[in-house]
Amino acid sequence: MNDKAAPQHAEGHAHAILRWSDDSAHDIDETAHYPLMTEAIRQILMEKGIISADAVRRLIEQMDARSDVTGGKIVARAWVDPAFKQRLLANGNEAIAELGLPEVDAIHLIVVENTETVHNVVVCTLCSCYPRAILGMPPEWYKSKAYRSRVVIEPRVVLKAFGTTLADTVTVRVHDSNADMRYLVLPMRPPGTEGWSEDELAHLVTRDCMVGVTVPQVPAKAQTVE
Amino acid sequence: MNPAAASQRRFAPGDRVTVAHTHPPGHRRIPYYIRGKSGLVERYCGAFPNPEELAYGFDGLPVRHLYRVRFQQTDIWPAYNGPTHDTLDLEVYEHWLSPVEEDVS
Repeated sequence: MNDKAAPQHAEGHAHAILRWSDDSAHDIDETAHYPLMTEAIRQILMEKGIISADAVRRLIEQMDARSDVTGGKIVARAWVDPAFKQRLLANGNEAIAELGLPEVDAIHLIVVENTETVHNVVVCTLCSCYPRAILGMPPEWYKSKAYRSRVVIEPRVVLKAFGTTLADTVTVRVHDSNADMRYLVLPMRPPGTEGWSEDELAHLVTRDCMVGVTVPQVPAKAQTVE
Repeated sequence: MNPAAASQRRFAPGDRVTVAHTHPPGHRRIPYYIRGKSGLVERYCGAFPNPEELAYGFDGLPVRHLYRVRFQQTDIWPAYNGPTHDTLDLEVYEHWLSPVEEDVS
């Protein structure tokens, strides 16, 4: 959980213009005001028998268990089932309920589709709103001030830093997740995946694809097998 | 709906709207960069307790209508360095929006 000891230079910043990890606000200092207050309240609630240490542990375990595997399953189903895809785009929550995935009731999901002419990318400029129920915890860069402030102003520069270069004919849509909705990018199914099983497809769909900073890549090895 | 239900919706998809250009203190969910900008209502999202009240321990009722509004990037950032068709979508509560009168002359 607490990686404050890790030096914040681990990403080997080739891009001086984009330093995702310079947001010291997200470093956790356990002796700072809010962590101390949180710990004090936790101890008081436990002493009063309102919560138990095990209940807290269990909740953390549940939160950590959520991951982008869920999102990948949703995307793969949309790729193989056009009718499901239409329902997903029309009403994210109802469509996902069909898959029997847990916890999605907690969010209002809007699914935005990448096409040959539109590329979507998601940010929360105000804080770090993120569809945790289906993607797990957001990565550090998603919470960084660098990403949040820059992707709205110059999305194409930011996308390029992630290795995603888009033609000018493609419309870039930035989605600022600033209120009650949460967003999932539905990437395009990459060429060379014809005949792949839903499960194989799901493994191509990474977290970053579903935030929209990159697109699914077919490993070179898989391509040569084709 | 219940007594806390929202008033009638003022906007529909396709309506041209402007975000209030005000800077009240307190918890606001409207980023500064979008205040005073105009765009088109992309969709209606539903009615939710007002986060500006929830933030201070009130119930946020009556619920407020929430819309997604699509802005052209070149309307937000005069120096936007990209194609004119690039957009930014974000969510705006109804009380931050006013209609833009279309010039039909």
